[in-house]
Amino acid sequence: MSLFNLFLKSVFVDNMIFAYFLGMCSYLAVSKTVKTSAGLGLAVTFVLVVTVPVNYLINKYLLSPGALAWISPQWATLDLSFLTYILFIAIIAAIVQILEMVIETFTSSLYSALGIFLPLIAVNCAILGCSLFMQERNFSNVGEAAVFGLGSGLGWLLAIVAIAAIREKLRYSKIPKGLQGVGISFIITGLMGIAFMAFMGIKL
Amino acid sequence: MNVKKLLIEPLRKTNPVTVLVLGICSCLAVTAKLKPALVMGASVTVVTAFSNLIISLLRKGIPSRIRIIVQLVVVATLVILIDQFLKAFAYDVSKQLSVYVGLIITNCIIMGRLEAFALSHGPIESFLDGLGNGLGYSLVLVIVAFFRELLGSGTLLGYQVIPLSFYEAGYQNNGLMILPPMALIIIGIVMWINNSKTESK
Repeated sequence: MSLFNLFLKSVFVDNMIFAYFLGMCSYLAVSKTVKTSAGLGLAVTFVLVVTVPVNYLINKYLLSPGALAWISPQWATLDLSFLTYILFIAIIAAIVQILEMVIETFTSSLYSALGIFLPLIAVNCAILGCSLFMQERNFSNVGEAAVFGLGSGLGWLLAIVAIAAIREKLRYSKIPKGLQGVGISFIITGLMGIAFMAFMGIKL
Repeated sequence: MNVKKLLIEPLRKTNPVTVLVLGICSCLAVTAKLKPALVMGASVTVVTAFSNLIISLLRKGIPSRIRIIVQLVVVATLVILIDQFLKAFAYDVSKQLSVYVGLIITNCIIMGRLEAFALSHGPIESFLDGLGNGLGYSLVLVIVAFFRELLGSGTLLGYQVIPLSFYEAGYQNNGLMILPPMALIIIGIVMWINNSKTESK
C-alpha cells in the first residue's frame, strides 16, 4: 500500500473517533468551542507523529518475538510482547513530558496554544490506541508508522473541530431537558459516524 | 464509612459513564455482543478496584509531582495481568476485545477515581469505591450490549432469542445496530432517560 493511500485510509476510513471511538473523553470534554478543540487536535496530531514511530522501533527491536536477536543470537528465542502495555504507556508519558519542556523552551507562542492540553494527552486513549493498532497491523517500515500516526491525528482533529462547530450552533437550539449537553453530542456523533461509514466501502 | 452508599451511588446517581462521561472510548467498541461486554465490564471492575486499593495504600509515599506516572505503572501492571489471564482462559473473547483490553490503561474512569478518591481515602473505602464505579460502568455496558445484540442479531450471549417463526413472517435483524455509530445513539438515549429520572426526583 502506498503511503498516500495509507494516509487517506487512516484519516477517513479508519477514523479514530468514528470507526474506533478512541479519545472520546477529551473529544466530548473539550469540544465546546472551535478554537480550543483545534488546539487540542493539533497537540494530539503532534504527539501521535512522534510517539507512533518511536513505539514502532521499540516494538521491532525490543518487544516482538525474536526481536532481541540483534543483541546476541542466544536471545533470539525471547518474546517480550507481554511488556507491550507498560512500555508503550511509559514511552508516551515520557515523550509528552519531553515535548512539553522542548516546546516551552523554544516556542512560547506554540506553548501558550498547546501548553494546557499536553499533560491531558498522556492519558488520551487515541494515543495509546494508535500505537496498539500500529503493532497489530505489522507495518513494514518507520515511514509507514509515521504516516499512520499523522493520518490518525488529522482524522481526530477533523472530528473534534466538526463536533465543536456543531455544538457552537447547538447553543441556540431547543433541546429536551435531559438530553442537553453531552447527551445530544453523543447522538450527533453517532449520526456523523453513520455519514463517515460511507467511506468504509472504498478500497484503496 | 457507608458501604452501601459507596457501592450503590455509582450505579445511578453518579454513574461514571452516563453522568460523569468518563471511559466512553472502550464502552462503545465492545458492545456489539453481550459476551465481550460482560468480560470487559468484569475486567474494568477488577482493575478499578485493585488499582484504587494499591494507590490508596501507597498514597502517603508517592510524591505528588510524579503521581501520574506511578498510577499509570500500577494500572498497566494490573492490565497486563488481566490480559494474560484472558489469553489463557478465554482466548476467543480476548481476540474479539483486541486492543481494547490494553486501552483499559487509559480508561478515564480509573485515572479519575485514583485522582479523586484513592489519593485521599483509606484502602477499604477506596476498594469499595472502585468496585462500585466498575459496576456502574459494567451496568451501562451491559444495557447497551443487550439492545445491540437483541435487535442487531436476534440473539443473547449467542443463543437465539427471537423465535424463527418471526423471521418466516418477514422480521429482519436491524443490521445498523451492529455498526459502531448506533452504540453512541443508544448511550445518548440511556443518558436522556437517566438524566430525566434523576432530575424529576
